[in-house]
Amino acid sequence: MAKTTLTRRALLKSGAIAAGALAMPSVVRAQSTTEMTMLAWYGQAEPDAVAAFEELHNVKITPKYYVGGEQMLALLAQSPPGTYDLIHADAEYVQQLVLANFVEKLDPSDYHFDDFYPEFHKFPGHWHNDELYAVISRFGFLGISHNLDAVSVKEASSYDVLWNEKNKDKVGHFDWHLPNLGVLSLRDGNAAPYDIGGDAWAQLQETTLSLKPQVRGFYDYGGVLSSLKSGEVTVMPGIGEWITGVLRRDGANVTTTIPEQGGIQFTESFSIGRGSKKADLARKFIQYTSSPEGQFTLANLNVFPAIIPSKVGWERMINEKPEDARHLGMFKGDGNSIDLIRKGRIHIRQLPVQQDLADWNDFWSAYKST
Amino acid sequence: MTSSLSIRRLSRLAYGGIWSLPLPLWLAGFFLGPMILLIWLSFWDVKNFLLTPDFQLENWKKMLSAPYFWAAYLRTFIIAISAAALVSLIALPCSLAISFFLSVRARMVVLGLFVVPFFTSYLVRVYSWQIYLTENGIVMKLLAAIGIDSGSLLNTPLALMIGLVTLTLPLVIVIQSISMLSLDKTLIDAAYNLGCGPCRVLFATVLPAVRPGIVLGALFAFIFSFGDFVTATYLGGGKFTTMSILIADTVKSGQQWPRAAVVALMMIATLLITALASIAFAYRRT
Repeated sequence: MAKTTLTRRALLKSGAIAAGALAMPSVVRAQSTTEMTMLAWYGQAEPDAVAAFEELHNVKITPKYYVGGEQMLALLAQSPPGTYDLIHADAEYVQQLVLANFVEKLDPSDYHFDDFYPEFHKFPGHWHNDELYAVISRFGFLGISHNLDAVSVKEASSYDVLWNEKNKDKVGHFDWHLPNLGVLSLRDGNAAPYDIGGDAWAQLQETTLSLKPQVRGFYDYGGVLSSLKSGEVTVMPGIGEWITGVLRRDGANVTTTIPEQGGIQFTESFSIGRGSKKADLARKFIQYTSSPEGQFTLANLNVFPAIIPSKVGWERMINEKPEDARHLGMFKGDGNSIDLIRKGRIHIRQLPVQQDLADWNDFWSAYKST
Repeated sequence: MTSSLSIRRLSRLAYGGIWSLPLPLWLAGFFLGPMILLIWLSFWDVKNFLLTPDFQLENWKKMLSAPYFWAAYLRTFIIAISAAALVSLIALPCSLAISFFLSVRARMVVLGLFVVPFFTSYLVRVYSWQIYLTENGIVMKLLAAIGIDSGSLLNTPLALMIGLVTLTLPLVIVIQSISMLSLDKTLIDAAYNLGCGPCRVLFATVLPAVRPGIVLGALFAFIFSFGDFVTATYLGGGKFTTMSILIADTVKSGQQWPRAAVVALMMIATLLITALASIAFAYRRT
């Protein structure tokens, strides 16, 4: 039997070779993985949303999450062009992205618009001078979210339920003026809830102030979830399935009803950031989000479920997740979410047209302080 | 001989200077610098959601003429002063017991226990209170069991006070206790020897002697309560707009950092005046 001696040099050499061999796959992977940045609302770049795309294209999406469209605009204004490859925004802020030259023009033929309901082929706010700047990813309706043990669907079919004596000290507000004042504007009978003149604005303030004695509190996202779940609050205007869908997953008996006076629509979309060096990859990501697979994924995000604009995506939701699809209004026949849009009961959330945004904000601060 | 003396004096000065240096450095870096920046920021403008350097008085005019600003200011002041008074009253008997009735070993254990709450994040403690105070919470169930239907306690002034007491009580007890423990006990003996009863000893001897501790404890309670955001948001339900909530609201909508700076500066001014007045009262010769 041959005698083997292990010298110190040999040990170090073999150790280095072994370490190199072990590290090689990750080194190779690290070399070939592309990093792409995304400026988005929370949840849009979590594994449940992007893992399939990342694996398919060997890319790592690095998110920078923001809270509110104005913070997003401020972040973009403070960053050099090309900082963010993908920008996820609500429709009301896309026009401002375009005007500030923060986003690239898109080619509509690149995306799966043929799969979408016609209402989303040329969605207002995503187009500017007949050019496309953002592709809708998902949307939802805001009306009245309520605990079914305390407020029935029939009762919630009118915003007047908020003033009902039995809901005294049981009305909660998501602490953002835009959706709250939007639905209360609908309750006042304004056909265009955000485009109101001086008299209607004065009336809206009066209506809102008259609700204060009923109000339990003003909550952030976490507070909205816990207050509705615990029964602290039984009814909330201006929120939707993005809250009640999450709570139902946890067993809460809650739902969202769109009252007869109408509801507000929020819309999420993706754009390519101005100066992105990975614009091709960003385009592929938006193609993925508009594809049937991507649409199904987006409808079921962990952060909150939402309605998708893709007809093919709807089919899959109806077949695979019928209960969730029903709550979201993705079913066939009268009263589904597209039907509500076609009947004119849904109004797109937007920034105030005739007043300054600061006026609405100041009023909201005053309302909270009374 | 002279030169050796001056070298020794110089080295002593350098030694003292080195030990004294961290304080002015810290004050300059973490107080004066940010304060100057904050004052400067309060004159800036916001254009298209972007901070723009400027020198205009608009932010001051806007905030100081807004009724909701003064409503929030008054509310915050009342809440903070109420919390300081309440906490001081609750802390007083505890501190007296710790200082005068407990053995040295028991005193160390009890004071140690008052430090334990600081091991947990205040936010976590406030969230825990939500579980107790909410509609179907433990407190409601206990009250219901004895036939009292009080409804939820969350988002009430009581919940607000519970949160602020949670935040400040341990600190106030520790400050008061340290002050009482440093009291010259012969004063108490002298008072008894001169025929004072327990109440007179307390009010004529102990409390005047430990006034700095009581006032400083109350001052800390006031400072923490005045600037607190967590309790007002999670136990007050955002229903009682305080100055901290107003700062958050102002920034959230429109990225109005300059207006938020005005609110912050008003808070700092109030706290400085209150602190100076309190310290003057605490160490006033009677």
